[in-house]
Amino acid sequence: MTELDELYQEVILEHSKAPRNYRRPEATNRTAEGYNPLCGDRFTVFLDMEGDAIRDIGFQGSGCAISRASASMMTQSVKGKSKEAAARLFEEFHRLVTGEAKTAEERTKLGKLAAFAGVSKFPVRVKCATLAWHTMQSALEGKQNVVSTE
Amino acid sequence: MTRLAHRPISEPLQEASAQEAVAPGAGFPNGEEIRRDFPILSERVHGKRLVYLDNGATSQKPWAVIHAIMRYYEQDNANIHRGVHTLSMRATEAHDAARRTVQHFLHAGEAREIVFVRGATEAINLVAQSYGRAHVTAGNEVLITAMEHHSNIVPWQMLCEEKQARLRVAPIDDCGELRMEEFEKLIGPRTRIVAVTHVSNALGTVNPLRRIIDLAHRQNVPVLVDGAQAAPHLPVDVQALDCDFYAFSGHKVYGPTGIGAIYGKAALLDAMPPYQGGGDMIRSVTFEKTTYNELPFKFEAGTPDIAGAIGLGAALEYVGALGMDNIAAHGQDLLAYATEAVGAIPGVRLIGTASQRAGVLSFVSDHVHPHDLGTILDREGVAIRTGHHCAQPVMDRFGIPATARASFAVYNTREDIDALVEGIAKAHEVFG
Repeated sequence: MTELDELYQEVILEHSKAPRNYRRPEATNRTAEGYNPLCGDRFTVFLDMEGDAIRDIGFQGSGCAISRASASMMTQSVKGKSKEAAARLFEEFHRLVTGEAKTAEERTKLGKLAAFAGVSKFPVRVKCATLAWHTMQSALEGKQNVVSTE
Repeated sequence: MTRLAHRPISEPLQEASAQEAVAPGAGFPNGEEIRRDFPILSERVHGKRLVYLDNGATSQKPWAVIHAIMRYYEQDNANIHRGVHTLSMRATEAHDAARRTVQHFLHAGEAREIVFVRGATEAINLVAQSYGRAHVTAGNEVLITAMEHHSNIVPWQMLCEEKQARLRVAPIDDCGELRMEEFEKLIGPRTRIVAVTHVSNALGTVNPLRRIIDLAHRQNVPVLVDGAQAAPHLPVDVQALDCDFYAFSGHKVYGPTGIGAIYGKAALLDAMPPYQGGGDMIRSVTFEKTTYNELPFKFEAGTPDIAGAIGLGAALEYVGALGMDNIAAHGQDLLAYATEAVGAIPGVRLIGTASQRAGVLSFVSDHVHPHDLGTILDREGVAIRTGHHCAQPVMDRFGIPATARASFAVYNTREDIDALVEGIAKAHEVFG
């Protein structure tokens, strides 16, 4: 598989074309906006929090295939998780896309998200893969500012 | 016979070396000949021939420029306007010669009307901070257009904020052309300066400068032209245009980064306060009173980028030898070819379809985001720019977050455009 094929895996292409949870949940009680000024990617992440648990999550906005697929798959992965578990997952995901997750075990632990391992060969695209995650983190922390990956 | 001798716009600074020699013959050399002048173009990218189509961001450098900078550091390096020693005199002479080359490139009347700066951005800041702060007061207006690069927006915003003046923006139409009737209405008794780009970096639009300048001058309003994107593609004659200021960056015209120039009419520059204080810009200093130096040195505080100016001089000699008319014709041929080839790809929409364009082809695809396209093209050895091109208001005007932009230079060929088209087809395959 070429590096390009590894980057644009089938599952990533599929999510970028038909993103899941691309909506604002009715009971949204936290939102945050993320912006990557370099490429113009802009997403809003909506959270429906019940205490420290993510009861529902959605996103809207525009961006490249990597950022869209990452946002889509993130919403699937963190729904139902606690704030701490979501933050931990982001940390593991970040290690994956920056090439720090060296062991197979670390990668398989991420399940479907392991498809993003190819991003590590394209350092300028790390920001695309993590934009929605940074935005979610910001929403979880209740920050008001627009998150920027620059 | 070197290309420098083909059509000189001033005396070459140094004897050209063997690498710069090209086969004799009139007219524009073919693509492969010109590619050989640019050593970086023999780089392989991901195993592919490098197709560099990001010239709107910065151009590559010919041997003539690389060698001029090297020779300066090897043989002539010293500070200018200081020493009586030989090297200082040589460096001063080379720096002065570079200024005369810029003067001839812009067809300015006098060398003292050319001020060296770091680039177009600093050039515009100089005019905004010096001319602008002296002439713009509360309630006045500065007029720009909706197709400006951030560098021709932000310095004026800063000025307007400080002076409680108003920034007015002349709109553009769906093709990316300035709406002249609106522009005309916006010039009024409160307007203190018009700042307009010669060629849009995001759309390629060539503005009707003569008309713009005539309209402004009828109201006694001076005009600054941002020539960053025009200087590599079009012959520029500041006297024929009758513009008051003309800014450009060296690195987009095959020169080094960190050097550019601002042309200003001598009468205007003379009356303007200095931009920065320091050495070289003064005639005498006591703690009570400083007398400023004459033009252009009044605006060049501190030791300048001497090597950069010499490199810029060499770059302008290089394009002068090719002939700006030839370069413009070559650019128009590439743009027409690219417009047809890229425009014919299903799902691709061109952004910026003005009747007069130069140097730049901006587009979006229904199937692939510009950023993904940029990554896929890079793997094919094709370098383009993707994003908002430091012109976010232009993107907003067209309701898009970003475009893909191919921008051309003297060394590009129709084969380069073919490689771009094949790359786009490949990206469409990936994204189906």
